[in-house]
Amino acid sequence: MYQNSFSISHSLYLLSEVEVGKHLYWDIAGFQLHGQVFIVTWIVLAALLIFTAIGTSNLKQIPQGLQNFMEYAYEFLQDIAKNQIGEQEYRPWVPYISTVFLFIFTCNWAGALIPWKLIQLPEGELAAPTNDINVTVALALLTSFTYFYAGLSKKGLGYFNRYVSPTPILLPINILEDFTKPLSLSFRLFGNVLADELVVSVFALLVPILIPLPVMTLGLFASSVQALIFSTLSAAYIGEVMEDHH
Amino acid sequence: MNPIVSAASVVASGLAVGLAAIGPGIGQGTAAAQAVEGIARQPEAEGRIRGTLLLSLAFMESLTIYGLVVSLALLFANPFTS
Repeated sequence: MYQNSFSISHSLYLLSEVEVGKHLYWDIAGFQLHGQVFIVTWIVLAALLIFTAIGTSNLKQIPQGLQNFMEYAYEFLQDIAKNQIGEQEYRPWVPYISTVFLFIFTCNWAGALIPWKLIQLPEGELAAPTNDINVTVALALLTSFTYFYAGLSKKGLGYFNRYVSPTPILLPINILEDFTKPLSLSFRLFGNVLADELVVSVFALLVPILIPLPVMTLGLFASSVQALIFSTLSAAYIGEVMEDHH
Repeated sequence: MNPIVSAASVVASGLAVGLAAIGPGIGQGTAAAQAVEGIARQPEAEGRIRGTLLLSLAFMESLTIYGLVVSLALLFANPFTS
């Protein structure tokens, strides 16, 4: 009912249109998929793969150019895992943490920096994939599975001691926490990305030129902080289940 | 569709963001004030304080964002407008 767009019917304002709740549906094997998310996700994946392929080909002892940047990024991501999980056992989790960070970061920036509005779709619009709640819920559930796996593989069945750890009275709260963690992770990312896009769109609707630029810059900053927060929290959850209480 | 339901949804979506902004606003103010105090006391720790401050500000901001998610759900995916 409310799914019409906030657009002023004037051709100049077409670029500042904002659509919420409209999707390009693909019917595959009885499932309805949000096509615009897939398209942008594939572009993001391709960009990441190409960057890594170029950065890691022709490796040198003294890094230069893109290889230098790659090593800087790798150390930054390694530090996230190391700070949260600890010096002893952070290494197996660096790939997961850095994948999550890079994917979310590239998605957010791709949604903000590439002028998607120039490409017309039959329905819906291309934007950051993270402004679809299905994507963020999937990422948050990945984090949940990862910390379950981390705890179970390190402690075996002793992992479930965590639920009754200070006293058995806290059992319901500890179980509830397993549900609130992915909920808050996914809502935080989804809401922030969507809020950035809405604010920019509303500003662009009011004043189409120059005024939205500072807000766009703020959005870029905020979305990179969100990527950092998502990966830091994932690392913190993994570190939490692996630490010893003895 | 019921006009009362739609009017109430619009009012509620406005209130959801507005009320959700109060608490995090106070919290962010307190955190920023403490960070400024910390930097004034120990200027050499500025980098670490700034990093921690930004991270915690983003955490507080996410509380407002939850309100925003609720209001967006009321506006664009309202379960009560059948």
